[in-house]
Amino acid sequence: MEIRNASVLITGGSRGLGRALGKALAREGARLVLAARGAEELNTAVDEIRNEGGEAYGIAADIGDKNSIYPIAGEAAALVGPVDILIQNASTLGPVPLRLLLDTDCEDLQRTWDVNLAGPFRLAKVIVGSMALRGRGLMISITSDAAIEAYAGWGAYGVTKAALDHLTRIFAAELRDTGVRFFSIEPGDMDTQMHADAVPDADPATLGKPDDIALRILGIIREAEHLPNGSRIAATEVEALK
Amino acid sequence: MISATEPRTEREAARLLVLHGKEAMFNDAVITDLPYLLQPADVLIVNDAATLPASLFAKSPSDAPLEIRLLQHLGGSDWKAVLLGSGDWRTPTELRDAPERLSLGSVLRIRKDFTAEVIGFGNGSARLVTLRFSRHGVDMWTGIYAHGHPIQYAYLKFDLALWSVQTAYASRPWAVEMPSAGLPLTWRVLLELKRRGIGLAWLTHAAGVSSIGDEGLDARLPFTEHFEIPESAIDAIQKARLTGGRVIAVGTTVVRALEGCSAQNGGRLIAGTGETDLIIGPRFRRSVVDGILTGLHDPEQSHFQLLRAFADEGILRRSWQYATENNYVCHEFGDLCLIIE
Repeated sequence: MEIRNASVLITGGSRGLGRALGKALAREGARLVLAARGAEELNTAVDEIRNEGGEAYGIAADIGDKNSIYPIAGEAAALVGPVDILIQNASTLGPVPLRLLLDTDCEDLQRTWDVNLAGPFRLAKVIVGSMALRGRGLMISITSDAAIEAYAGWGAYGVTKAALDHLTRIFAAELRDTGVRFFSIEPGDMDTQMHADAVPDADPATLGKPDDIALRILGIIREAEHLPNGSRIAATEVEALK
Repeated sequence: MISATEPRTEREAARLLVLHGKEAMFNDAVITDLPYLLQPADVLIVNDAATLPASLFAKSPSDAPLEIRLLQHLGGSDWKAVLLGSGDWRTPTELRDAPERLSLGSVLRIRKDFTAEVIGFGNGSARLVTLRFSRHGVDMWTGIYAHGHPIQYAYLKFDLALWSVQTAYASRPWAVEMPSAGLPLTWRVLLELKRRGIGLAWLTHAAGVSSIGDEGLDARLPFTEHFEIPESAIDAIQKARLTGGRVIAVGTTVVRALEGCSAQNGGRLIAGTGETDLIIGPRFRRSVVDGILTGLHDPEQSHFQLLRAFADEGILRRSWQYATENNYVCHEFGDLCLIIE
């Protein structure tokens, strides 16, 4: 898929992989809207892109809040036009330190569900219809191996990421003839704040770098039309965009 | 006809009154019948404008309450808007107070950190203004979305949420009132249309306000509205023409955009953006659109006059009478009619 001039919305765009993706896509000529909760970090991420000559806007909003969805989608379309690429990157681990399911409060599971599954569903519902009408578009859900492996202690996160994978696959099945593509992308363990929150004693030297993973994801975007729709792709197993 | 007083929980429950203009006949259907009422060579054209939260409550410099209804984004922080006096949607616009008379430079306070300055007046009315918001770019849009509400109607029961006024394919927020004919179209219906070989194309038209409450201004509605017609819509129309298909507009805004563009270009459609002040009525000779899927509104409204460009008054009045007697519901969240030749 062509990245130059594409309108891209990235949730969770203020840090970690979302921020790296924003920078990498802007360098390739995409027009970016970053959505995230924290206005300060968001402004820094936007300034970083603009300082390099890219186009970016920041919307401070909580993807887990139902009332944020239409404002995010409406403001994004007003600023950069109909969204061509939607990257569902925002997510929460749930309560940290990570805990067993039996020790997880129902409210914490609900909040994790709202951010990791209901929010992406709502945003897709608002944005993907326009893609289907235009006959082109791409939705990427950032997933995790915790969606497949039953890691003890990763319950709220793993369950909601598994649901996000399936949501992505079902969208692909239902809209298979519309020209809109859907992928779940597993970035692998990365040196991010989220990983540090989950595994405080991990050695950063053993972890992937968000900037490197972002370039690999750009490679997937570039090849989107040639990859099986609805597939789950490990970013570490594809080549970075040259 | 009874008004639909709230958004549908089940969009596909909308009934469809089908008028066959040439035969002067009509019959009952439901919206899910649409793919089978059209023919494979036909093309359905929708307006993909999302609906803005275009109503903002503010205080005048003397602290008088007023309502700003945005009409058109002029670029930057500037908007054309119309002002209404105190009160809200629960009072019909014609019974609302007139807004306090303002002067150039008056600052309307939406919030302490979000204001709008009057930088111009529309010709002939103190209620038509050009406003400049105190915030720019993304901050302006965030302000509009945080403090605005969808424009709504006195016949409704409840405050409208932003999600109740969007179609299933909406994108750029250009419409200040919803392009309501598309509300009952679900993706199940749209995909079935495509599966049957019926074309589906889009344009964007900035649907404007339907009522202000000022007799002089209401007589001038609809105001000039801007639109964008993509190359893909023109290609789809040409393909339909070449294969004997019909061009079916979803809503009056699509008719205005296509016929407005054609009228400005000697009967040709040219891709791009434009504005139209076209008023369509009984004597209008259509050059692009063959049929229309639209809502049911009172025969006294301008909407009914537009439909006379598609069917004669006799069949329209008889079918409206039938719809009334058979419990069809009217207005923005109501049932639909399809007028085809």
